Parts: sequence; C-alpha cells; structure tokens
Amino acid sequence: MSTAARSNWLRELIRKPYFWGVVAIFALLALNVLKDPNYLALSVNPVNGNLVGNVVDILRASAPILMIAVGMSLVIATGGIDLSVGSVMAVSGAVAMVFMKDAGQSGSVGVALGAIGLALLVSAVLGAINGVLVAYIGLQPFISTLIMMLAGRGIAKVITEGQNTSATNDPFRWIANGFVIGLPVVFLLAIIIVIIVGLVVRRSALGLMIEAIGINPKASRMAGIKPSGLLLTVYILSAVLAGIAGIMSVGTVMTVDVSRTGYQMELDAILAVVIGGTSLAGGKFSIGGAVVGALLIATLDKTIVFLGISSSATPAFKAIVIVVLCLLQSDRVRSWFGQRRKPPQLKSDPTPVAPKQQKQEVPA
Amino acid sequence: MTTVQTPRVDAPVEASAFSKIVDRVKRVVSSNPSVLPTVAAIVIFVGMVIYGEVAYGRIVQYNTLSNLFINNAHLIILAVGMTFVILTGGIDLSVGSVIALSSVAGVMLANAGWNPWLVIVLMVLIGTVIGLASGILIQYFNVQPFIATLAMMFLGRGLAALLSTRPERLADDSPILWLGEQFKLIDGEKVNDVVITPGVIIALLVVLIAFFVLHRTRTGRTVYAIGGSESSSALMGLAVPRTKILVYVISGTLSGIAAVVYTSRLGIAQNITGIGWELDAIAATVIGGTLLTGGYGYVLGSVVGALVLGLMNVLITRDGGIPPEMTTIITGGILLVFVLLQRAVTSKRHT
Repeated sequence: MSTAARSNWLRELIRKPYFWGVVAIFALLALNVLKDPNYLALSVNPVNGNLVGNVVDILRASAPILMIAVGMSLVIATGGIDLSVGSVMAVSGAVAMVFMKDAGQSGSVGVALGAIGLALLVSAVLGAINGVLVAYIGLQPFISTLIMMLAGRGIAKVITEGQNTSATNDPFRWIANGFVIGLPVVFLLAIIIVIIVGLVVRRSALGLMIEAIGINPKASRMAGIKPSGLLLTVYILSAVLAGIAGIMSVGTVMTVDVSRTGYQMELDAILAVVIGGTSLAGGKFSIGGAVVGALLIATLDKTIVFLGISSSATPAFKAIVIVVLCLLQSDRVRSWFGQRRKPPQLKSDPTPVAPKQQKQEVPA
Repeated sequence: MTTVQTPRVDAPVEASAFSKIVDRVKRVVSSNPSVLPTVAAIVIFVGMVIYGEVAYGRIVQYNTLSNLFINNAHLIILAVGMTFVILTGGIDLSVGSVIALSSVAGVMLANAGWNPWLVIVLMVLIGTVIGLASGILIQYFNVQPFIATLAMMFLGRGLAALLSTRPERLADDSPILWLGEQFKLIDGEKVNDVVITPGVIIALLVVLIAFFVLHRTRTGRTVYAIGGSESSSALMGLAVPRTKILVYVISGTLSGIAAVVYTSRLGIAQNITGIGWELDAIAATVIGGTLLTGGYGYVLGSVVGALVLGLMNVLITRDGGIPPEMTTIITGGILLVFVLLQRAVTSKRHT
C-alpha cells in the first residue's frame, strides 16, 4: 500500500505541468556546481546579517520576471498575448527616473512613492489602451500590443529625451537592493504580489471567468460573463505588473537605459508561461507554473553568464527552448508519443469488449 | 437661355478628366469597400508629397524621389514578402532579425575571403531556411504564426549576436558594394539627377514577380483563398499545406534579399540592424490596403505603403522640429489608424 501510494504521489508530481521546469532548475544548478563546487554556498554578511550567495542573486534577478510572467499568464489564458511588457517596463522606469531627477535628487520617501505611483499610473494607461483596442474595438491582441511594444520604446525615449537618465533616492534604491530578514526585498515583494494575485484569481470566480473567455468567448458571454470588462482588467493588470518589474529593474542601478531596460523581456515572459505548462492557445493558466518558469529563466540567465557565454546570445537559447516546448505541446508530436502508449490503454479499456457481451446477451 | 446653358456644358468638359477618375474610384470603392484603404494610401501619399513640396520644398524633384526609392528598396522588398504572409492571415515577425543575421554572416564571410556571389546566395538562403522553419512549425505543428515567427525573431537576433556584436564593415573593394552603387539615368542640373542602384532594380523586379505570382498564377489564387477561409480552400482541394509553408519561405527569402540590398547600400552590418523593421513592413502592408485578417490586398498597395513610410521619414528629417525618437510612435500611430479603418470597413461589409 505504502509503495503504491508513494508511486501514485510520484506519478502525480511528474504529471504536474511544471515538473520538468523544476527538474531543469536543479539540472542547471548541478551544472554550475560541477564547474564550481562552492556555487550553492550561502554566507551571512557579518556587518548587516544579510544572506550572500549565487542563489540569492538568482532570487533577486527572478523578481521582475516573476511579475511579467504572472501578468502574461493571465493574458495568455484569455487567448491573447501581451508583447508590450518589455516596453512598458522601459516607460515605467523612465517615468520614475525622470520624476525623481526633477524632484531634485532628494532622498525622501515621499518622492520615491510619488515616482512609483506615477510610473504605475502611466503603465496602467498603456495597459488600458491595449485593453480597449482588444476588448472594445476587437483588434487582434498581438497587433495592438506589437504597436505598443515598438511605440512604447519611442515613448520612453521621448520621456527621457533619448538619454540614459539616472537619479539618486535611497528609499527607491532600497526596493531593489535592500534586505529584510536576510532576504532581498525585491524577491519578497514579488512573492507577496504573486500570492495576492494568485489568491484573488483562484479564490474567486475571476480565474474561471478568465479561462472561460480563453476557451470560447462567445459561450462565456452567453454564460453571463462580460468579456470586455474582464479583458480590459487583465491587460491593465499585465501592464501594471510590467510597470512594477520596470521599477525593480531600474532600481538596481538607479539608471534607466531606454534601449536596454526590459529589452526582449516579452520573450522571457512567454517562455516562463510556456515552461509553466500553460498552452499558448489560451483557456488555462497556472500561477505556480509561471513562478517555476520565472525562476528557471533567472537560473538560466545566471548560468549562461557563469559559464562565460556572451549574454547577448541568450535569446537564441531561449528561442530554441520555446520552439521545443511549442513542439511538445502540439498534437502531432503528442500523437507520436501517444502511439507508443496506446497498446496498454487498449488493453485496460473495457469499452470495446462491452458491446460484444451485450450482443451475446440479447439472443440468449 | 444661353447664360444658363453654357456653364452646364462647360463644367463637365473642364472637370472631365478629374471627375472621371473620381467617378471610377467611387464606383470601385462602393462595389468593393476593401479597396478603400489602398485608395486612402494613395491619397495620403499624394497629399504628403504636396504638403512636403509646399512646406519644405525640394520634394518633387529627381534626386529626392530617386533617393526615396534607393533608401527604401529594402523596405519595399520586405513589404512584398509580408504581403504574401498577411494575405494568408498569418504574420511574420522575424524579418528584421533575419536581416541582422543574414547581413552580419554575409559581411563576415565576405571579409573572410569567400566568393562574393556565393556569399550573396548564402545570405538569401539564410532567410529561406528561417522562413522554412517557421512555415513548418506553423503548418505541421499548429504553432500560432506570431509565436513561431517571434521565436525565429529572437533566434535570429541571438545568432547574429553570437557571430559578432560589433559593427562589421565590408571591405571597400568588395564586389557586393556594386549592388549599392548609384548610376545616373538622367543628368539634371547640379545634383538633381535621376539615380538608380542595382538594389532598386532588384526591388522593382521583386515587385513585378510578386504581382505576377499573386494575380496570374494558381499559387497566388491559393494564397488569397487561404486568407478567405483556410478550411474551405482545403475542402476545395487546394494545396493549402504547401502554399502556407511557401508564403513563409517567400517572406524569409525576400528578407534575405532585403539584407543583401541593405548591406550593399551601407557596407556595414551589425547585430542590432533592423530592430523594429517588422513593424515597418507590417505598417507598409497594412497602409497599402492588405487586410490583417487575410484574403484582401494588393502588392502594389504595399509598395505605396512603403513609400508613405519612407516619405514620412524624409518629411520628419526636413522638419527638424520632431525628435527622431518620435518616428516609431508616429509609425505605430499610422498603423493603428489604418487597422481601425480596416476594422470599420470589414464590419460594414458584414452587416
């Protein structure tokens, strides 16, 4: 019994869509340990009691990816896509930096909060534009967010007048670089936001409604769901989360680089969602999967740098991973694997036997 | 009597040439509303030329118009390829990074001493292979077109970065540069000449061949049919799988050709070349009247669309008051307006 229960539990675990993502994280960490046996070592900084180590770095780097991955998984669940997350990050970072620079480099908490508030407001407006175009005007999601992706970077450049803008503000900097109870603030913040979003969509009917829109918009409307308002909310949420990611990523260096901040982050977001086992066809989402995906991407980024491969080449690896995962999701490849599994299924399947018995029973 | 009659007779005679065109356009538009965006694009192009001539001057003259073609030859080629893809209801986001990969690889090979003609063929083939890959992903593995080509976009950019992240300069005596060399056709006064490059000739040939394929061959009709309804065309027995892969191969190959034309004009290739060109190509196609949902559109419209974008850049440079960062915002805005226009036109047809 106990062995059967254990193997059942193991089988359940393997069936989880993000199981292979977890395996990949451990494989990457093992690869790093092979190169440097002390890779996983954690030490405590004697001065301030903070944890120091490669794993902490990975957690810190994963925070912005976590934000956009969660937003993207909701958008994809509605059957859409948000290609503008990277540009929204740049816009949000640009707004925050320019606001703090114009506020006279003061270190007050009020200025930091103002910068964050304004950045998130601008992000929400960009998200609302996406949402209105998709939900009320009925444009294809990828075309409206593609326009926003390319125009957004132009907007960021206009805001900063094309310059890389830096500012100093200690409370703002603390968000990205500070530590609480030995862990990086930025990771804790990301986890808290993910938990809040997860609770809201999964403890209410909201998540089901989002999935319903993705499965069949017409049917969901007939079932009494109003897709337009919900779609608008999802796109605004995705943009606001991207805005938070932008604040996190410019906060680390306190500089916004309008052409590099958030560059190709839409790739990371889509990749995280696909790794999490969510189909790009929509109708399903898994917050846990997106978290695993984001952690895997952060690990992959750090590993590539650690192994000494040029970081500008990482998109190529990520693109290959996306293609492979898309192939694994496709029916054709599944049927190749399915054929191997079919014989045992036929044996255990009682349906082909049942009609024969009935036929025999009738004359008797 | 006569005072009343003379204007009646005179008016049609005076305006006959113009009103005939207007009448004809009106009739075509009312019989087929999807022509409206193309007509709008032509009107906008003419309007921009007139506005530019009045506001800044020196637009309607030989050298400005020749430069418009020379500087946008690659965009015209890209827009033609994009037209094929969008006509089937798909999209190709990989064109910009194909250009980056193909031109960086081409320049490095040429500098390594390879035969330039072989290099040019390889540059085009890089595009073909990437197009084939996205086509197979889309047709046989049911990956959505924008996901498959987005993956190819990042793959191309990543591979280009693997090759080199510095600007690669073509040797000054490289024969590839001949394709970007300028030949005077008509020698005007001072610099006001009609100038043409082999790159422009390639672009015009591409347009002519694409026009022939789309409007005069079975493949072309199949492309339109797939955009109209993929399942219906499959039921009709058209070669849907082959044609769907073919359009991505065409788009990839044309991106490779565009890379050759662009590199030969500039003589420099870099891994960040062509960022955002997919937006330009899509915008040119959509401005030219091709419906994003597929099924309706014209190659010649896309050429007009590419010229509208090119002329817009000229006007922005001439104006000087608009920061160059605004260009992508303006392109995005124009694209948005035309997509909305399409939306209005198609919904009118359905009701």
